[in-house]
Amino acid sequence: MQPFKKIKSIATPLDKVNVDTDQIVPKQFLKLIQRTGFGQYLFYDWRFENGTPKKDFILNDPSYKNSKILLARDNFGCGSSREHAVWALDDYGFKVIISTSFADIFYNNCFKNGVLPIRVSDDTLQQLFSTKSEIEIDLESQSIMVGGKSISFHIESHWKKILLEGLDDIAVTLLHENKIAIYEKSHKI
Amino acid sequence: MAKTLFEKIWDSHIVVEENGRSLLYVDRHLVHEVTSPQAFDGLRLNGRTVRRADLTFATMDHNVPTSDRSLPILDQTSSTQIKALERNCKEFGITLFDIHSPNQGIVHVIGPELGITLPGTTIVCGDSHTSTHGAFGALAFGIGTSDVEHVLATQCIMMEKPKTFEINIQGKRKNPHAVTAKDIILSIIRKIGTAGGTGTVIEYRGETISELTMEQRMTICNMSIEAGARAGLIAPDEKTFQYLRGRKYVPQNYDECVNLWRENLKSDSGARFDKSFTLGAENIAPQVSWGTNPAMTTDVTGTVPFPDEYGKGNPEEEKGAEKALQYMNLKSGTAITDITIDRVFIGSCTNSRLGDLMEAAKVVKGKKVSSQVRAMVVPGSQLVKKNAEEIGLDKIFKDAGFEWRESGCSMCLGMNPDILAAGERCASTSNRNFEGRQGTGGRTHLVSPVMAAAAAINGHFVDVRELDLN
Repeated sequence: MQPFKKIKSIATPLDKVNVDTDQIVPKQFLKLIQRTGFGQYLFYDWRFENGTPKKDFILNDPSYKNSKILLARDNFGCGSSREHAVWALDDYGFKVIISTSFADIFYNNCFKNGVLPIRVSDDTLQQLFSTKSEIEIDLESQSIMVGGKSISFHIESHWKKILLEGLDDIAVTLLHENKIAIYEKSHKI
Repeated sequence: MAKTLFEKIWDSHIVVEENGRSLLYVDRHLVHEVTSPQAFDGLRLNGRTVRRADLTFATMDHNVPTSDRSLPILDQTSSTQIKALERNCKEFGITLFDIHSPNQGIVHVIGPELGITLPGTTIVCGDSHTSTHGAFGALAFGIGTSDVEHVLATQCIMMEKPKTFEINIQGKRKNPHAVTAKDIILSIIRKIGTAGGTGTVIEYRGETISELTMEQRMTICNMSIEAGARAGLIAPDEKTFQYLRGRKYVPQNYDECVNLWRENLKSDSGARFDKSFTLGAENIAPQVSWGTNPAMTTDVTGTVPFPDEYGKGNPEEEKGAEKALQYMNLKSGTAITDITIDRVFIGSCTNSRLGDLMEAAKVVKGKKVSSQVRAMVVPGSQLVKKNAEEIGLDKIFKDAGFEWRESGCSMCLGMNPDILAAGERCASTSNRNFEGRQGTGGRTHLVSPVMAAAAAINGHFVDVRELDLN
């Protein structure tokens, strides 16, 4: 995994609550057996009608074309555990997702793919939704820079480390292999 | 110190603890075709192998057609994914219940059926409805594909400890045939919301839960994820031990295990939960969802709500309800029983077990599916199908005009040929009414098997408490 760097970009405001992973990547695209190329299917049924971009969907607004930050509402990523949702967001270009809350499995899946989900308060989210200027995310200092102001955010320390260093978490776990083997000997079912 | 059931299972599976997280040992890993190919590729790419193939079980369920199994799979991408699972299981020595196996079925139906699911164990699967197995007092949760790879390679999962959430369901339902486990769980989600359980493991307790059969308990735990919970749990009891006895993969020293489970696997009196919610069962009515998430549900005797009535002062939720009504093409104030339907789907990991089909068959017996409706029954597994056929359920459904199909996830998620056309409205016993879930533009109403059967016959929803179901 690539180490997570500072991100500076305009933020795309997706003004919907309870966005489920079925919307992020509809089921018809889950049959691929690789991890790449899912960006074209991101929000597919909201983004396209008969293959043509829908004018009223935010991702089709040219001003957000190179956005790397997605602003979302409460309970983003609920429903299915499909990691394809994160693969699609990442492949499309979103490296940071900011919301008041995320569904648990989705939240975990983000870190496994180098995508940073940030939980903020209602007020902060509101402020971000109303800004048109670029936002800068610095994971190292855990801060969101917006309009010359810095807002700090919380992140679990292990996830921060994994993102900043781009660690392979399987390799990290395998450092404990002897303890896994000991557990296996004493615990059988 | 008094511990909850969850804490007991959690504590007994810790391999390493560091920085507030635990490396937990995984007792059973269930694998299916959709969320695993990239995980196996990852293993190969890094020169890793499956640590405990003997604790890993696979089947194909999501994209398999539910039509004649002797015919080739026409959809090339589905076929590729199915072949990939066959190849991966062969290469890594994993037991696979393939499309022709008498044990094939929805992964959350076959786990318990084969005795792979056991009390006190940890179970993971790359599928959010893994919470189903919690009905046996197992700590079971869905994971993403990266974690599937992690578990394949290490047989462990690194997690932060979730909070505990006690949901107490007290009292007796007035009409347990009409007010089912599905209605109980939909009532709960409607009240606590789709994020009400986020970050928690729910333990369902109380008199009403004790009275449920194992299959009904699975329906409850299955939809824990629809309330946002990491997992749902029910303490095992004599029904649990009886259900599992003699099943293919239960331990040889089963009686010894039962003694230990009976003694240990319950929340101690005085154990504290982080959160608590109580629901009375007496007044639960049959439920029907009207919107595009499972909390958007109401009583069958109710009406489609107005957005402000649903939003209760939350402008975001109100906007969500407005959009849902538009998608569902429903007008606020319409009586639920006036909603007419085009399709009926009885199936899915929520409601496709023998008991579900038996209850639905009571409604259907001797009647005909409405001429406006196309209805199908998709048993959850080959074993459910066989058992149902032995008692003549297939004949009851077919005589009434239902399609009787092969086992799989089918129309719960349209990854196979069973899908809704745009604009079609379906009474479905599945778990998610998200936009496009059953087919792009399709409209889903979540209901119990009894309600789905009654809707098939009548062409619209009815108060199933008025039917003779005894």
